[in-house]
Amino acid sequence: MTRRKRIGHIFLHLFLIIGSLFMLLPFFWMLSTSLKEAREVFTFPPQWIPSKLNWSNYTKALTAMPFGRFYLNSFLVAISTTALTITTSSLAAFAFARLRFKGRETLFLVYLATLMIPFTVLLIPNFIMVRYLGWYDSYWALIFPPAFSAFATFLLRQNFRGIPVELDDAARMDGASSFRIWWQIIMPNSGPALAALAIFLFLGNWNEFLWPLVVTNSAEMRTIPVGLNSFQGQYSVKWELLMAAAVVAMLPIIIVYMFAQKWFIKGITVTGMGGR
Amino acid sequence: MSLPSQTSSRKRSSGWRPSQQNEAYLFLLPSLIGFALFVLVPIVGAFVLSFFKWNLISPAQFIGLDNYQQLLFQDAVFRKVLANTFVYAVSIVPLQLISGLIMAVALNQGIRGLELYRLIYFMPVITNIVAVAIVFQWLLNRDFGVANAWVWQLAEATGWPIAPPDWLNSSFWAKPAVIILTLWKNIGFTMVIYLAALQGVPESLYDASKVDGASGLQRFRFVTIPMVSATTFFLVVIQMIGAFQLFAEPFVMTRGGPAQASLTIVMYIYQNAFEFGRMGKATALAWILFAIIFVFTLIQTRLQRRWVHYETGD
Repeated sequence: MTRRKRIGHIFLHLFLIIGSLFMLLPFFWMLSTSLKEAREVFTFPPQWIPSKLNWSNYTKALTAMPFGRFYLNSFLVAISTTALTITTSSLAAFAFARLRFKGRETLFLVYLATLMIPFTVLLIPNFIMVRYLGWYDSYWALIFPPAFSAFATFLLRQNFRGIPVELDDAARMDGASSFRIWWQIIMPNSGPALAALAIFLFLGNWNEFLWPLVVTNSAEMRTIPVGLNSFQGQYSVKWELLMAAAVVAMLPIIIVYMFAQKWFIKGITVTGMGGR
Repeated sequence: MSLPSQTSSRKRSSGWRPSQQNEAYLFLLPSLIGFALFVLVPIVGAFVLSFFKWNLISPAQFIGLDNYQQLLFQDAVFRKVLANTFVYAVSIVPLQLISGLIMAVALNQGIRGLELYRLIYFMPVITNIVAVAIVFQWLLNRDFGVANAWVWQLAEATGWPIAPPDWLNSSFWAKPAVIILTLWKNIGFTMVIYLAALQGVPESLYDASKVDGASGLQRFRFVTIPMVSATTFFLVVIQMIGAFQLFAEPFVMTRGGPAQASLTIVMYIYQNAFEFGRMGKATALAWILFAIIFVFTLIQTRLQRRWVHYETGD
């Protein structure tokens, strides 16, 4: 490395470190406030390190609202929706990629065309549909409507088409049914795509706010984002409790992310088209 | 000898069995039921609903184009949220792209610690928007927030007569507050996408331009920017679609206030439907939003021919 380049790299690191500090600052400020005593929260200039670690904020925040239940709901909803989306869309994608039937291209085009419609347009009719089905304020409402994704079907179809047809043909010679080909050839050969999609969907469902906000009413049905939103409505100046709740809401995903950074980035960038 | 898959799939097409037809529908069935119930019927339903006045309780009343007409020509709040949303879009999209590209270029210089930097910059992308919006409320708090503490300290140190803003309660600063949050949250996404694009730019192009005596800045302008322009186009389109549908950030941070200063189209849709009980009007508004997104995407797609450079593959 030349001398000039080395100096350049030092400046680059400086720039990136300052940037990193800005990115980490909100996390640090949240953590710091969550451990402060109430009177220490309102000091000027702000105190970066709490004088005493006040863990009781966490027990206070977590008992002020049924956060355990919110967690359970979020987890249940995110897992079920993801599993359901992957099952239905991989079955459909298999049909689109491998089976021949009348209207295949037209139907696929209809699927694709709906990708243009933003979720906002579907929000109100879906809400009415959910009420009509008697699903309002239930797990059904949280799990089923978001679980049918034309995008996931499209993504998997593209992936399935990349798997050599010779594998299917050989299996068919041996008398395998289509269902078996889907389950034992196509799915195992799509590992990376399925994993990326699963992470993308799980994260999207875990963090989803608008839909659960609209279709839930009782505290028992709230997911973490909705629960946090109502917590903020009730404790709007109890910053130490709000920050403790925010830490609890973020922590599990951040921990998993630390260990599986590559997969998260892959999941979101490869499939990023579907979300923001 | 293995045949190219193109030929083999064509070969296969001559020998398909009719039994596959029924089988295929079986595979499609679960997806189709959900798709019909939660996508197709709602699309048609939304279209029909936008011509009605309905509060879910009393019977729906057909009012023709009144919802649209009212929104487009009479509703002052609609004009306000439209303007707000445009301000968000035209500030978020360029800021996002420029800062993301700068960070990606910085990370692409073969420096050490790339993984760690990427871990940090991408972390906000995976966080929960409601939680971070509450954190930013606190960061931007007028009296005890970190941001304003710095402004005070700067004012003290320099003697400049600057007073920090009351971010969330000022009709001017509420929008910048929301913009700061979205930037912080999404810069890692833009950066990672750009980083992937930069890694695909052949080193030989940079070498050739060095031989021709191009400076670092010229190489950025005449090699990097054109070579990532396809990515830029992709990002412009998806960021724009996202910015037009901004909801959770202002909803949690400012509740759209003060006095609708930070209210967005999607928030206004939410308010109409779930606070004012105007289902038809809210749906009409959603279609107007769709039309706006559609037109802007179309314009971008047309314009891209002028500035997007695609690999010709020579």
